[in-house]
This record gives sequence, C-alpha cells and structure tokens, in this order.
Amino acid sequence: MRVKPKTTELIAKILIWSAAIFVLAVLSFIIIYILYRGLPMISWSFLTEIPRNMGRDGGIASPIVGTIMVTAVAIALAVPLGIGTAFYLAEYTKESGITRVIRFSAESLAGIPSIVYGLFGFIFFVIYLNLGWSVLAGGLTLAVMILPTVIRTSEEAIRAVPQSYREVSFSLGGTKWQTIIKAVFPSAIQGISNGIILGVGRCVAETAAIMLTAGGALRMATSLFSPTRTMAVHFYILAREGISMSNAYGTAALLIILIFIINVVSNALVNRFMAKNR
Amino acid sequence: MSKFRENISKYIFLALAFSSISALALITIFIIINGIPIIAEVGVLNFIFGMSWAPSHGEFGIFPMIIGSVTVTLGAALLGVPIGICCAVFLTEFAPQTISRIFRPAIQLLAGIPSVVYGFWGLLFIVPMIRNWFGGPGLSILAGSIILAIMVLPTVISITEVSILALPRNYKEGALALGLTHWQTIYSVILPSAKSGIVAAVILGIGRAIGETMAVIMVLGNAVAIPESILDPVRTLTTNIGIEMGYAAGTHRQALFATGIVLFIIIMILNATAQYVTRKKK
Amino acid sequence: MQDQYKINIRDMSFFIEKKQIIYDLNLDIRTNEILSIFGPAGSGITTLLRALNRLNELIPGARIEGDILLDGKSVYRKEVVLTELRRKIGMVFDVPTPLPMSIFDNIAYGARLKGEKNKKVLSDIVERALKEAALWDEVKNRLKTSALALSGGQQQRLCIARVLALEPEVILLDRPCSGLDPISTAKIEDSLTQLKERFTIILAPHNLQQAGRVSDYVAFMLMGELIETGKNDDIFANPKDQRTSDYITGRFG
Repeated sequence: MRVKPKTTELIAKILIWSAAIFVLAVLSFIIIYILYRGLPMISWSFLTEIPRNMGRDGGIASPIVGTIMVTAVAIALAVPLGIGTAFYLAEYTKESGITRVIRFSAESLAGIPSIVYGLFGFIFFVIYLNLGWSVLAGGLTLAVMILPTVIRTSEEAIRAVPQSYREVSFSLGGTKWQTIIKAVFPSAIQGISNGIILGVGRCVAETAAIMLTAGGALRMATSLFSPTRTMAVHFYILAREGISMSNAYGTAALLIILIFIINVVSNALVNRFMAKNR
Repeated sequence: MSKFRENISKYIFLALAFSSISALALITIFIIINGIPIIAEVGVLNFIFGMSWAPSHGEFGIFPMIIGSVTVTLGAALLGVPIGICCAVFLTEFAPQTISRIFRPAIQLLAGIPSVVYGFWGLLFIVPMIRNWFGGPGLSILAGSIILAIMVLPTVISITEVSILALPRNYKEGALALGLTHWQTIYSVILPSAKSGIVAAVILGIGRAIGETMAVIMVLGNAVAIPESILDPVRTLTTNIGIEMGYAAGTHRQALFATGIVLFIIIMILNATAQYVTRKKK
Repeated sequence: MQDQYKINIRDMSFFIEKKQIIYDLNLDIRTNEILSIFGPAGSGITTLLRALNRLNELIPGARIEGDILLDGKSVYRKEVVLTELRRKIGMVFDVPTPLPMSIFDNIAYGARLKGEKNKKVLSDIVERALKEAALWDEVKNRLKTSALALSGGQQQRLCIARVLALEPEVILLDRPCSGLDPISTAKIEDSLTQLKERFTIILAPHNLQQAGRVSDYVAFMLMGELIETGKNDDIFANPKDQRTSDYITGRFG
C-alpha cells in the first residue's frame, strides 16, 4: 500500500519538530543542571580567594586571573595578525596563488584539533623557545588557534563595507592606506570586534591546548612567565580527580555564564552591524 | 614619501598575511620532526597496525586507538548528522520566528560551552544511564558518541542551514507550484540541491568529533583494546595524547607526537575534502 | 572671444579586459561652464567621467588609449600624483554616499587626508563648503551628528559640499539627482548654476530636462561614441545628427 503524501508529511513534520525540541531540551538540561548545582557556590569569597588544598577549599581567584592573562596574550597577538591578514586578502590583492595558499592555511588551522595545538605549543613555545609552562606559552598557542576565527570574521566584515565608501575616499584624494584606515576600518570595526569576541570565547573554553602549555599551577600568576591554570583547566582537574565536585560545579557555572555573556555581546554587535548596513 | 608609505603598508599587510602560512608550516614541521624518529624506529606499519601500546616496554602500536577514534566518530556522525540536518530544516522551513529567535542563540551557546563541561555532564548522566540500561561499565564508545553527537550539532546545523538559505527562492516556489507538498519539496528539491553544503557540514562535523579530546576523555574509559561492542571502553588518538602527555618523556613523548601526526594527517585530509566540496559548489 | 578650454579629451578609447566601452572620443570642455553629457544607460558616460579623475583604475583590467589633458597637460603623465589629481577633479556619485561618520567629519575628510589638523582651519573649511552647497542653515546645529541621518537630498548636498571643501577646479557629477525628489533636485541645480562661476562642471544628468535646465553646453553619447556636442539651445533646437534628434524626441529604441 502506498503511504499517502499527507501521512508522510505529518510524520516528517513530527520527526523534525521532535529533533528540534530534543536538542533544545538537552541543551537546557545541561545548562540548568550545571547552573543549579554551581550557582549556589558562587560567592564573593569564591571569586576572590586563591584555591587551597589542591582546590578543595578556597576560591578560584588564580584561575580567573590565569584565564584573563592567557586570553589577553592570545588576543594581543592574534588580533593584529588576523586583521592584517584580512585586510591583505580583502583590499590588497586579487584572487591569486598566494591568496589561495593563505586561505588554505587559515582554513586548515581552523580544523586542527586543540590537542594538536597543545602538542605544538608544548614542543615549540615551552621547550624550543624555552618559555617553560607559562602564561606566555599558553597565550601564544591560543593565539595561533584563534587566528583563523579572527581572519574569517574580519575579512567578511571588510568585504561587507560598501565599495562606494572606498570610491568616495579615493575621489577625495585619499591614498589606499588612508582609505583603509579612515573609511573602511571604521565601517568594519563592529564585525571585526565580533570576531575578537568569538576568539575570547574560544580562549575561555579551551582546555587541552592550555593544559599542555601553561602548566597547572594553582599559584597566582605574577608575570607572563609564571605557570598558571585557566578556569576550564581548573574545572577539568577538580572534576576528573574528584577533588571537589561543588567547586567544580561553581567553576563550570561561572564558565557558562561567561560564555553566555560573550554570546550576547557578540549578537548585539552583529545586530547593530546588520541594522547599520541595511 | 606617500608612495613609499603606500608600498610599506602593502608589504606590512603581506607579512601579516604570512602569519597563518608560517603557523601552519611551523605546526606541521614541529609535530613531524618530533614524531618521525619513533615511527622510523618501529616502522610505519608496526606503528599504525600494532596492537600493543606499552611505552615503558617499548611497544608502540596505535591500532586500537585508531579503531577507537573511528568507532566513536562514526557513532557520533550516525547520531548527530540526522538530528543536525533535521534541526537545520526545522530552522529554515518550519520554525516560527519566535522559536528560531531562541533556537539560533541556543545553538551558538551549545557551540561555546567548554568541551570539558560536556564530558563532565556525560560522566554524570550518560555513563550511569548506559550502565543501568545496557550493562557494562558505562564508560564506552556509546557514551563518547552521544557526547560528541551533541557537540557536532552546531557545526552540522549552521553549515547546513547556510547552504539551504543560499538556494535561490524560486527552487522552492517552483516545486510548490508543481503541486508538491512542503515535505516533498524539502525532500526532493531542497535537500538534494543543498547536497554539497550538507556534505561539507558532515565532513567538518566528523573533523570536529575526531579531534575532540576533553569531552571524551572522561567518558570513554580509555582502555587500550579493540572493542567488541559499543558498550566497551576505548581510547582514541586524542585521549591517548591528552592522558599521557603530562608525564611522557623520551621515546614515549615521541610516540605521542607520532600519534599527533596520524591525527593531523586524518584532519588535513578531511579539511581538504571539505574545502574541495564547497569550492566545487561555487 | 577665444574659448578657454579646461579639459581636452583626445582620441580616447577605453577598454575593460577585451570589451571596448568608449570609442575614439574627442571632446573639449570649457572653463566655468556646465557641460551635460547625456545619452541612454550604458553609453559609457560614467566611464568617461571616471576616466577624468582616473577612478576607473580601481577596476581590474581597465585600459585607456588616447589622452586627456587638464590645463593642457596629460592627466596620465607618469609624474601625476593621483591624490592631487583627484583633489583637483572632485566627483559626486549617483547615489548619495555619506561616509558613516558625522557631518563635520565628512566635509573635513579631504582636508584631513591632506594633513590638515588645525581645528579652526577645519571648521572654516566645513562652514564655507556647507554654505556653498546651501546646506549650512539646515545642519549648522548638528554638525557632530551622523551624516547618515540626513535626508537623501541633504546627503547629496553634503557630498557636493565635501567636494567643494577640496577647493577643486573641476567637479564631476554622475547623475547626482537620480534618486531625489523635485524639490531637492531644484536646490542642487540652483547651487550648480552659482558654482559654475568658479568651477568647471561636468554633469551627467539623469534626464533630458535637467540637461536643458542647467547646462551651457551639452554632449550626446550613444554606445560609447560621442555623437554630437554644442551649445545647449542649438542641440535641443536643431540637432544635426539623426540619432540625436531621435533621442531628444523620444523616438529611440
């Protein structure tokens, strides 16, 4: 017997709706559960005290500082490199052999697993450049990791700048450099900052690459050469070694809140960008 | 003066643009020179097809890990791809605006959550669930596949969605005008036309799954053995590195870099395929 | 009285890759007059205007033959500095294109590119340019607000003011009123007739009526060829070429 199109239609609709509802349900479950167990842990002292007793007691102040420092190093390096690459790809050259190689490299970097970044960062920054397990080694490793994200979002933002802006700037006697700095860059800045924020998000969430390059020290990092751990690494060690489930939940809840904030900021930027370009 | 500055700026940008090329080159070179010696020592075939991994006894066979990576990834793809495509179809074809306005940021959040959190959640819920329902230790291929299936959803959904949205509107209108139902239109016109995008989505999703470390390290059990069922624990290429890198030295460390080479090659092949598929579309 | 020529176009042909856009064009343009170059869409008028300030060079594969003289000297000479040439030959585009910055910054853009930093000098330039473009009274109290918030007509006068701020010698206007309402169009045409005392103005009108209203001289282009040129009244009253008369009387196509 042939199934009536109406019946197939109905079944398909039910399947698709249930897939969507299922995904939303799983996501909400993960988030709500972590927040439910973790939020009660978050207090002023949790945020400001240094972990004691391997992390069993005390707060997570040093992992928070470690996260900020490592992320700052990564952004400080990846942003100029990424934006420069994007401007080169979008403004200075036609599609050619060289752009294909650059694009291929960036896309390949985007696909490399974080554990391989960890291996590379360990052997190159920690051992070969002799930086040791440190904020600097971790941050440099993350910089390479987020470079493709910054390149891609910046290039899209630069290409979205209307060609007429460039023509106006040239027609008013602008050089290429002046046109890029004064007419193109200000118009692309929102899209570019969105890319930077996405990069920050990846840095905050990363574990494997940092574990192998920044070490796992619980002490407060005092310089770029101090070993440190980030919140994600701290969470992993607490949970895996079963040191303190409650502190693990607290750290995870804080991470999720951070990621949530980063996403909200990023979406707000994108929406403003879209509204302006309409 | 100004001409001079123009040229300088061009070369500065070019130099910056070389950063990604040199980064890729450095990664490739440093992983390879640190892994090659041990592969040369034990032999390529012995390394890849060797069944025994006992670094302290000089035995470096990663075949169980390759099987582990492949099975866990395959399971993740089987679970995650259909759900992901359904979600993309839902977003582009069915979702009322109010729901899609919640759904998209939710998927974005899903992509942003640290992978360790997924692993932890899997350890708390998925592993005991498998243990109670199906028996076995619970730490298993199945647990890893489920966690990875959730984690590849954002990749699969967003790329599929983009490729569906990129289709000309008249494809759909033409099909509907021919009297096809909405589902028939999706099934026989939209999905086939967006095929190359969907294939790229699946490949990139698989790439993400095979490269993931922290989410699966907690739920796979990490035993170095060829699994007999999906309820058995396994170790993947990534977790092999993640677990042992902390204390490895000498040939042991080289062997972990060699594991990295194998992983790296697999990923580069997947990436190149995905790039090829998307480019062919254009 | 001897005619004073500002620009001479000599045997000019223009190509993009293999496609020829303009064929062997000769045209002399007088100082302090408004010349309208009209013709159907795709006649190469925009390309001709952009050849004058060499903006065509942004197009990959663009190539020019023949020569264009400004004050008797080729604009395609090696030693010509592009940025200086473009300051001498200002351009207003068909779509109003304020840059996404304040009104003040838009007008001061060109001067700042030249390196002018003095606040007093800049605000004098801005005030003078806005007055010349008849926009000053409407915006003087909100110079720091975004130029994107202006109406279409105001935006286009802003673009004219932005060009005037460069103190150019020639102004190119590429269908400057094509998207504007009749009142805004009238305001712009008024200021053009005042500005011609000090500038050489080359206008691509968006219709024949505009060409008739504002120009001293007109030129008719068709499919990349210059068909006919002469005094405004002569061409419209008794065109010599059949194609010109066909176009003017609307019998074309």
